[in-house]
Amino acid sequence: MKNIKYLLLRRVTQITLLVLYFGANAYGWHILEGTFGSSLLFGIIPLADPYTTLQVLATGFVLGADVLLGALIITLFYFVVGGRAFCSWVCPINMVTDLANWLRRKLNLDKEEVNYRFIKRRARYWIMVLGLIVSAIVGVAAFEVLSPITIMQRGIIFGFGAGIAVIVAIFLFDLFGVKNGWCGHLCPLGASYSLIGKASFIRVDHDHEACTNCMKCKVVCPENHVLYMVNKESIMVTDGECTNCGRCIDVCDDDALRFSIRSFIKK
Amino acid sequence: MALNRREFLKSAAAASAASAVGIAVPSSLNAAATDAQKDWRWDKAACRFCGTGCGIMLATKGGKIVAVKGDPAAPVNRGLNCIKGYFNAKIMYGADRLKTPLLRMNDKGEFDKHGKFKPVSWERAFDEMEKHAKKALKASGPEGVAVFASGQYTVMEGYAAQKMMKGGFRSNAIDPNARHCMASAVVGFYQTFGVDEPSGCYDDIEITDTIVTWGSNMAEMHPILWSRVSDRKLSNPDKVKIVNIQTYTHRTCDIGDINIIFSPSTDLAIWNYVAHEIVYNHPEAIDWDFIKKNIVFTAGPVNIGYGMRRAGEKSLKDGKYSAKEMETISKEMETTVSAKEAPALAPYGYKEGDKMKHTPGTLKHWHISFEEYKKSLAPFTLDYVAKIAKGDPNEDIEEFKKKLQGLADLYVEKGRKVVSFWTMGMNQHTRGTWVNTLSYNVHFLLNKQALPGNGAFSLTGQPSACGTAREVGTFCHRLPADMMVKNPKHRAIVEKKWKVPAGTLNPVGNQHIMKIHRDIEDGVVKFAWVNVCNAYQDSASASHWIKAAREMDNFIVTSDGYPGISAKVSDLVLPSAMIYEKWGAYGNAERRTQHWRQQVLPVGDAMSDTWQWVEFSKRFTVKDLWGEYTLRNGKKLPNVIADAKKMGYNENTTMYEILYANDRAKKYKVDLTKFPQKGYDNSECIGDSRNVKGSDGKVFKGYGFMIHEYLFEEYAFFGRGHGHDLAPFEVYHKVRGLKWPVVDGKETQWRFNAKYDPYAAKAVKASGSGSTHAFYGPLAKNLLQGTLTGPDKKLGKKALKNKAKIFARPYMDPPEMPDANYDTWLCTGRVLEHWHSGTMTMRVPELFRAVPEALCYMHPADAKAKGLKRGELCWVESRRGKVKARVETRGRNRPAQGLVFVPWFDEKVFINKVCLDATCPMSKQTDYKKCAVKIYKA
Amino acid sequence: MANSGNNRRKFMATTLQSVGLTALGGLLWSGYSDEVKASPLVLRPPGALPEEDFLKACIKCGLCAEACQNRESNIDRDTGKARPGTLQMAKGGDHRMIGTPFFIPTDVPCYMCEDIPCVPVCPSGALDMPSLLNEKEELEINKARMGLAVVHKESCIAFWGIQCDACYRACPLLDEAITLEYQKNERTGKHAFLLPIVHSDVCTGCGLCEKACVTEKPAIFVLPIEHSTGRAGSHYVKGWDIKDQERVKDAEEIKTKNVRSEKEAADYLNVEVEY
Repeated sequence: MKNIKYLLLRRVTQITLLVLYFGANAYGWHILEGTFGSSLLFGIIPLADPYTTLQVLATGFVLGADVLLGALIITLFYFVVGGRAFCSWVCPINMVTDLANWLRRKLNLDKEEVNYRFIKRRARYWIMVLGLIVSAIVGVAAFEVLSPITIMQRGIIFGFGAGIAVIVAIFLFDLFGVKNGWCGHLCPLGASYSLIGKASFIRVDHDHEACTNCMKCKVVCPENHVLYMVNKESIMVTDGECTNCGRCIDVCDDDALRFSIRSFIKK
Repeated sequence: MALNRREFLKSAAAASAASAVGIAVPSSLNAAATDAQKDWRWDKAACRFCGTGCGIMLATKGGKIVAVKGDPAAPVNRGLNCIKGYFNAKIMYGADRLKTPLLRMNDKGEFDKHGKFKPVSWERAFDEMEKHAKKALKASGPEGVAVFASGQYTVMEGYAAQKMMKGGFRSNAIDPNARHCMASAVVGFYQTFGVDEPSGCYDDIEITDTIVTWGSNMAEMHPILWSRVSDRKLSNPDKVKIVNIQTYTHRTCDIGDINIIFSPSTDLAIWNYVAHEIVYNHPEAIDWDFIKKNIVFTAGPVNIGYGMRRAGEKSLKDGKYSAKEMETISKEMETTVSAKEAPALAPYGYKEGDKMKHTPGTLKHWHISFEEYKKSLAPFTLDYVAKIAKGDPNEDIEEFKKKLQGLADLYVEKGRKVVSFWTMGMNQHTRGTWVNTLSYNVHFLLNKQALPGNGAFSLTGQPSACGTAREVGTFCHRLPADMMVKNPKHRAIVEKKWKVPAGTLNPVGNQHIMKIHRDIEDGVVKFAWVNVCNAYQDSASASHWIKAAREMDNFIVTSDGYPGISAKVSDLVLPSAMIYEKWGAYGNAERRTQHWRQQVLPVGDAMSDTWQWVEFSKRFTVKDLWGEYTLRNGKKLPNVIADAKKMGYNENTTMYEILYANDRAKKYKVDLTKFPQKGYDNSECIGDSRNVKGSDGKVFKGYGFMIHEYLFEEYAFFGRGHGHDLAPFEVYHKVRGLKWPVVDGKETQWRFNAKYDPYAAKAVKASGSGSTHAFYGPLAKNLLQGTLTGPDKKLGKKALKNKAKIFARPYMDPPEMPDANYDTWLCTGRVLEHWHSGTMTMRVPELFRAVPEALCYMHPADAKAKGLKRGELCWVESRRGKVKARVETRGRNRPAQGLVFVPWFDEKVFINKVCLDATCPMSKQTDYKKCAVKIYKA
Repeated sequence: MANSGNNRRKFMATTLQSVGLTALGGLLWSGYSDEVKASPLVLRPPGALPEEDFLKACIKCGLCAEACQNRESNIDRDTGKARPGTLQMAKGGDHRMIGTPFFIPTDVPCYMCEDIPCVPVCPSGALDMPSLLNEKEELEINKARMGLAVVHKESCIAFWGIQCDACYRACPLLDEAITLEYQKNERTGKHAFLLPIVHSDVCTGCGLCEKACVTEKPAIFVLPIEHSTGRAGSHYVKGWDIKDQERVKDAEEIKTKNVRSEKEAADYLNVEVEY
């Protein structure tokens, strides 16, 4: 049980959120309505995705105050809990890419020769900026046109249609193409949350003394460059690209990794 | 030559249009038409639906009907149709057509009332029917075997059913759904003219200057006639006036010059107001010469109840009716004269607060003087009538008075031709007979009846309510051609023609359709057969009848094309051939008889209702049916077996041999080489390629004689020479229908008018009266004399040969009106898109899509007051039951505050569970137009 | 030195590559986005901004569709549960801008709810609530302009003389948005045509007419207003209609040029007439 604690918690959180969204449409629940783009919590508190909001603003449309307030709330929230916690605790695509990753390991596709690395991880930041530019040029929130995240979420709430193909494509890309290809290299939404969460409070802490250098953490980590300190230094994982998924903590047999509150006061 | 569909339609349309107006079709186009249709066969038929009686043409290909068109040669519709007619080709091929008999059975294959429906053979089906019919006969005599008949029977089916019931079973418990639709008009005709059916015809529309509709949404219920009315209005918009009088605003009001919304039942007062205007304020408008020669004044009792169950009836004693229901039913025995009705009843000796003791409805009436009649009209002043009749609480009373005045002015205007049309509003009415007769009063006083462009005209609802239900006489009290079971002479005529012993026919004909339902509930009727109708969806207080069918010891059979509510509550379901899968004939509202041939074979093992009756008759012999019976009223039906033997029958002669396959019948030969049989299927007479296994388990090979022609000709015999002459069978296959009486090959447009009706001419000549008219109907032409309050036997009887009657009849409240608890009027009816209970039209995808569910139409302010938004579900609840329906505050029907309208086509909005089974006590026609309900959020 | 030169060249090359790839990606992405938004025949919820603005503004959250489906007037009579709502959220394969709300009248038309539940919930303003407010500041669905119904006369059976008018009876604004025009039928001589006529100033585009139409493929159908209307020029005003001046209030200076007028006058004159 120990080594899947956070995994379970994440799945429960992801699925609960999807059930709440689904129920809002199917049964008229008023707990969490809408989609990640913009939602309504308990029928009153607006929530909105910051990157989506920026795209709409980029089109030149003067948005309603609800969305702006919602985007602010979400920004503050992830500023505290770690930006990319969205990616691992909320985003439904995470389940798809995690599955791809897991299969990849099982099928031994992780070997160097079948892992194409023609895309750099920083590509996502380019894409994020590009998304805003395209939004401005075309006059439509550009990432939303193809975002597998909302396609999947709307699919669950309203029905998939041919949209399922996008999800399958992501899965195949991550499985046979680039390891962590979508979440770790391309997704501009993840990139935006990386930026938001750069200075977040909740962080993974590494204890160099306890580490036995088994490297299990690096194997499971979807952004394993953030774990550069493992068995080197006892410091926190401060890279914004860490998704706070907790898989490294789960798999660590040595209690060398745990969640901790970041302290900005130098000890 | 390859023609695509579009080009085909173009050329076909051009060809039919051209032939309609008699233009020569250019030969190249003509060739195209034939080419495209070379494997199609076009033949004429009548539309399946309403009483308008449009002519259509059917295209068959590969044994299936593939297309339909309006018959350009049909005088009624000239090639046009309404949307129901437009879908005639699609109604027969719904995916769930009944294809085989279905019997409720247990696991052992035995009949079980609580079992599930499972397919059985025709033989098994008839075994069960025979067994249960015999059981019912044993338990209750002929009164225990009943048939829910139909105004949608073909003439031949109706005649076959009636013959077996009345001649075989000696049961008069056969009554059509036309009882729900036409009975008040019929009694109105009998009382006024002494004979059934309208004097005028549709040609009145093109001739008249004024069309007044009374309780008739013609625009939706008779769309083709409405287009003729609209056309008439267009032809001279300033002169031609249209007045609509109804309890809620509907589509017919669209082009009304005056639209009057009245409070339910006060049409009685409005008719009397118009008569009051004539008699008191415009006496110069009365044509005294006409009146003296043709009219007498009469009155009848007013305390006749409301056609509900009476105290002491078994089911009431058994406690099958709740205390709430009894609040209304108690009015059948006694009412308190209300402030609303008191002034109208004053001339009859009643005042407000008086207890009125009701006796069972009676047709009794007697002569009165004109002065007495005038006295009866005295209360119907503009002030009184406006006060009680205004149906929209938000309308200004002075505005309303102006409308009433305007209405009266149009009737009175000298030289102005007026046609009054009505449909269910005036017929489905607890005083339906009264209001029907009141219409003729006004027309008679002004000599505006039975003249081209002038007359009161009842529009029938069903395609053969006239042709079959009325003319064939499939009512409990009737025999063919206006004869009555009560009349010994009439019975003798029929017995002679049918070659059944004298005394066979049962003289007691009182089991009308509601009575059959009630008799089932009382445990008297134990075998009932539903034919071409949906008796369990179309009857008011429906829950009672369904409960009785499902829970009591009886056997209910339904013959139908599709499964509906009636089939659902039955014990045995029989698959019937539908309309164009059999030879048939319908008679429309203007006395037009139209025939068609069998176009295609029925689906599955379905067989026509005629065949089902004839096969059923094979199961009963002289000794089974013709012994002695004691009826409920103590009268005895004699044993006629000995007489039967004298006629050459023996104890074991079957009804089949006596009633259907007799010597007369066999003279009508099957001849497939000659018109009209050549080239057409005839499943009953020669069997067909399906090789259906018949009632004896063997392949049915046909009767071997032309049974359709036999049934039609034998039926026609009764009317010929009696003002109801029909043309020979073969003629109807050549013409687009003929309006009877057909004398010397010529149809009759205006009856009772000596200029147009040979019978009237003959009567005028014989009497030497020199009148323009002769109302020669024979019924009730010798009456006592008296005053409004009753006859004086001392004065003796006075004959009124060739005369019609003006009746003194007041306004009276219906038995159930809105009160504090049930605060809203409920009116029910139909919509253009669906036919009756929707078994056919709800299966046409396009019509279902157009109108998928019945809505509860109400005034926006009422909805708001009840906390209902448009589109939300509400309960419509009466003392009898409740249904859930969606609220509509916009759209086609716009009731005033205080009334809701709910159509009845939708079995899921089963509004007849809510309706009250009060009837006109004279005609026994149910009043579906008014009861009290409450509406609240579901 | 050589090394730093190499590094610089490599840096330049990488930068160039990145810029190039970005440009390529941007072009493809723009092209794709522009393509998917080009589905003009789409009907939007009541109060939707003009399509161009709507596509900018819609945040694709689905709150409108959820409100539509779960409104009180959408309860199925038999099951007591919500029926499929009018508004659908475009999915892949719907050939409409993905994630945006739309409706197809022949599936589920807009029932024109009095309280218009779909509009107030819109967080972004893509559904413009003020456009649906009447003088009393109440929501009024009659002000919605989701589209405009168009009758195809050749397939409309009322124009054949069939007594149909299913669309007219289905119209929630019966006798306002659709009226009947009565015409004499010269062929039969006695059966008037009752022709449905749509009035664009009243029609909300709810699609109930299209849903009710009984022809195999509806002869009356709703198109977005932009696609079902024409526009008379601003250079002419109806002389008999005082209000028509309103229509041309933004009239501008008239400049015209066509093949006949494109040459300068002198250039024209200087070409000899053939004789």
